Amino acid sequence: MSEEILKLSCRELQRKIAKGEIKSSEAVSAVFTRIEKHDAQIGAFLSTFKQDALARAKEIDGKIAKGQSVGALAGVPIAVKDNMCTAFGATTCASKILENFHSPYNATVIDKLLAADAVIIGKTNLDEFAMGSSTENSGLKKTVNPWDKSRVPGGSSGGSAAAVAAQMCFAALGSDTGGSIRQPASLCGVAGLKPTYGRVSRYGLVAFGSSLDQIGPLTKDAADCALMLNVIAGHDEKDSTSVDEKTAPKCDYLAKIDEPVKGLKIAVVPELFQGADGEVVAAVKGAIELYKKSGAEIIEIKMPHFEYSVAAYYIIATAEASSNLARYDGVHYGYRTKKAGDYIEVYTKSRAEAFGPEVKRRIMIGTYALSSGYYDAYYLKALKVRNLIRSDFIAAFQKADCIMMPISPTTAFKIGEKMADPLQMYLLDVYTLAVNLAGVPGMSVPCGFDKNNLPIGLQIIGSTFQEEKLLRIAKMFENQTDFHKKKPQL
Amino acid sequence: MTNVDYKIIVGLEIHVQMAVRTKMFCGCELAFAAEPNSKVCPVCLGLPGALPVMNKKAVEFAILTATALGCKIAEFTKWDRKSYYYPDLPKNYQISQYDLPIGSNGFIEIPTKAGAKKIRIRRVHLEEDAGKNIHTAGPFSQVDLNRAGTPLMEIVTEPDLNSAEEVKMLAEELQRIVRFLGVSEADMQKGHMRFEPNVNLHIKKGGGEHKTPITEVKNLNSFKALEKSVAFEAQRQLDNFLESGEVMQSGNKKTFGWDDIKEVTVLQREKEEAHDYRYFPDPDLVPVVADKKWLKEINSKLCELPLKMQGRFVSGYGLSDYDAGVLTADKATAEFFDSSVKAGGDAKRVCNLITQKGLKIANEKNCKVSELGISPQRLAQLAKLADAGQISATSAVIIFEKMTESEDEPDKIAEKLNLIQKSDAGELEKIVDEVIAANAQAVEDAKSGDKKSKKAYGFLMGQVMQKSKGTANPQVVAKILAAKLKI
Amino acid sequence: MGQKKIDIEQVRQVAKLSRLDLSEDEIAQFSGQLSAILEYIEKLNQLDTSKVEPLAHCLPINNCLREDVVKQSLGTEKTLANAPQSDGQFFIVPKILEEPGGL
Repeated sequence: MSEEILKLSCRELQRKIAKGEIKSSEAVSAVFTRIEKHDAQIGAFLSTFKQDALARAKEIDGKIAKGQSVGALAGVPIAVKDNMCTAFGATTCASKILENFHSPYNATVIDKLLAADAVIIGKTNLDEFAMGSSTENSGLKKTVNPWDKSRVPGGSSGGSAAAVAAQMCFAALGSDTGGSIRQPASLCGVAGLKPTYGRVSRYGLVAFGSSLDQIGPLTKDAADCALMLNVIAGHDEKDSTSVDEKTAPKCDYLAKIDEPVKGLKIAVVPELFQGADGEVVAAVKGAIELYKKSGAEIIEIKMPHFEYSVAAYYIIATAEASSNLARYDGVHYGYRTKKAGDYIEVYTKSRAEAFGPEVKRRIMIGTYALSSGYYDAYYLKALKVRNLIRSDFIAAFQKADCIMMPISPTTAFKIGEKMADPLQMYLLDVYTLAVNLAGVPGMSVPCGFDKNNLPIGLQIIGSTFQEEKLLRIAKMFENQTDFHKKKPQL
Repeated sequence: MTNVDYKIIVGLEIHVQMAVRTKMFCGCELAFAAEPNSKVCPVCLGLPGALPVMNKKAVEFAILTATALGCKIAEFTKWDRKSYYYPDLPKNYQISQYDLPIGSNGFIEIPTKAGAKKIRIRRVHLEEDAGKNIHTAGPFSQVDLNRAGTPLMEIVTEPDLNSAEEVKMLAEELQRIVRFLGVSEADMQKGHMRFEPNVNLHIKKGGGEHKTPITEVKNLNSFKALEKSVAFEAQRQLDNFLESGEVMQSGNKKTFGWDDIKEVTVLQREKEEAHDYRYFPDPDLVPVVADKKWLKEINSKLCELPLKMQGRFVSGYGLSDYDAGVLTADKATAEFFDSSVKAGGDAKRVCNLITQKGLKIANEKNCKVSELGISPQRLAQLAKLADAGQISATSAVIIFEKMTESEDEPDKIAEKLNLIQKSDAGELEKIVDEVIAANAQAVEDAKSGDKKSKKAYGFLMGQVMQKSKGTANPQVVAKILAAKLKI
Repeated sequence: MGQKKIDIEQVRQVAKLSRLDLSEDEIAQFSGQLSAILEYIEKLNQLDTSKVEPLAHCLPINNCLREDVVKQSLGTEKTLANAPQSDGQFFIVPKILEEPGGL
């Protein structure tokens, strides 16, 4: 029974719970049985809320028994990346500096999940402050890829991706600043959506690169992404950068998910395939071929500024991060050194002792890029290149409904393999960063496996605020394939 | 002492706290003297994940002020982060405006003895205040964040001020302006205005002009401290120049504090350190675009500025500059006066009633003159009664006070209190005759035309007034008496 | 090539600005790593951006304003709940001797 429940999608589970066919408490128990059995190995969760989750499940079951109406995620066990503030449990960002931090408030997405009657079961591991592509930069825990426990789950939402892949939750929230939802989704063989910047409130998402960060779902399939987006999207008066209804009306992303996009035009950038492994290229090209066979038109385009996205991103994201992370200083909350001789050392030693090397590195790059004498050469230059990169996307979407390319040049790599050279690690993000710089939505959909049985993801990039179309395009692929149905042997 | 020819050059930065209810970027209440750290929320505490949202009213007040100061209003402005680490700054950056201030290139006129002088305004921008560090509790510092995030308007003048007195005048004039506009209470006791003058001297000596190093005096919160610190700095710089010959160079700007008790400036930073605030656009906030419709709505609250109004009261109504200044210290008072005059009251009379009695009562009742329950129309009627001689100036003041308690018209109150003056010539002539008959010596003295006459005349007047029990109209009495005595 | 983009002294200066008390090993390591990264970022100079506006964010929105309405604050207890050191009323730090500065 328990194993059967875990195979359900969010939609199926919610339907069954709402009808009273399955109890939420059964689903929650099934999930915790799984976590207790496997998470010691996988390491997806930084914290879990078993008792609270069961109590909440019972509450929702009670509502249903009384015939009360319930929300779109009624009773569904959901995991949340631990960089979203919860007024229950700790919010650590996988950093020693926030290890014991208890937020007095819920992020807006948390309130929205709760309002939809979701059951939040735990908070997942990530690269410290979401800075990384492998979750190896977590200051608190190691997470492995459920498909091969010697390999990374990707990052920074590695815990969320691993938890969904290992069926330790039915869906998870991640955040994506430069690929942090799409890349781990790709490496763990699940669906992941980074919505348009401004679509989902960032209030309560611990900031990394504020002009790039966006919350989105990691799920078993595209339709579950649509369901999750239905719950979390929308204007929030607490976030000045969340778009209003007039600018970007919200819609029911699930309503027409099964309608294929008629006359679908897919843009591809042939040059971009050169940098990826052969097996990745083959799988992604195979996926595009499948669309073509079902009637889509494939248009070859150029995106002349795409290759500059790594350079522009690692200036803009680090500049914003250097400022966003200035608040972790040992004064008002978080870790404080025991070795401070004066108040300046409260800053310098607390930060030096509690931040990990990647966070320090990025703070250093960002501070340098903003500092007097270097601002124009680095930061301002990067913002200008950002504009050029966005113009590439605008031009592409005048010709096509979406752009397709790989997510990651490789499948999941070995733990420790890439840690020695930060620049090489950054270059792995080559396919994902431009999407954040341009603010457009992007998805990862499983599209194959390599010879080591490691998942490969197809990246589908949509135009600004066109998530509905993007999800339908993804669903078209899922309808003809079963890559998304494959599960790892734990 | 050698006599040296020199000029004081001062530019002033003023921080004005605005009369809004909540902080710049969150809904925490601005409360004076609240429990420490009680008016703090995730946003102004800089908690992870918290985000700022602009206070509309604060933006509108800054635009209004900048417009009133003749500034060019930016159609497009944005917010920038200014980075520095300090315990009263929870995010370790201050949200401010760097290269695109709300207003620029305006001016303030100040009333110098030589007439109005225009002081150019370089910029007007908005920013958030820091909290407070307290160092008095022991061998540690305490941090209170109630003030963190308070909306501040920063106004920066060009270095057009040439004396400590002018600096103080500008500060006082600005106080009057922001109060007139209703954008700030500008209460010095509550720290609503804080000043930072940048002072140096241009000294003529040995056929050349020498500029002394600029010093900035930080965080002055009274007009007195402002004026005295500028005067002190000028003298200190002069002495220092004569002694050492030190002149301005790149990097030798110094920062001073002000010791309120010893009344001296105290060196805080010897050399201008390499400030590196790493300004960059705040990605958490969207730009402010002021379209015509919004500007029109904001500017509907513009009003005649105090100095202009003061000038009009002098030239139009014949008031002394002093009286006009007293009336225009407060907008409600000035408008109350203006309306009363426009309703037919004599300007000088209305002014006297307001300044001699009205302001005193208002002060006791802790309200404005305009809130005493006397409409400009009633005040004008009262003034007219006095002007027509129906009541004396003394009675007018008594009636004014009664009018704050009663809704009766001033003539009714005068009747009730028996304060209507007798102007009936026949009746008064009878009394005058009686007094003349009873005081032969005084009559003779009055007629004599020598030293005694004035005193004797006064005595006779007094007698008449006494006999009429104070109800005689002195002007009428004087006329009759003069006729009878043939003087 | 040859000369590092960011030498040991610059790393020290940036660490000071960043309020990071780095060890000598970290400083040496960062000088190498940051130089390599900045070297790579020089790639941006291949593009002529003289006629391009900087793009700070991609949003099509302006004027997100809030009415001047009081909202509930956390109150002293919750405000201080995560403080490493407090006296129940204030955050406590070692005595502050300097005025705030840029460095």
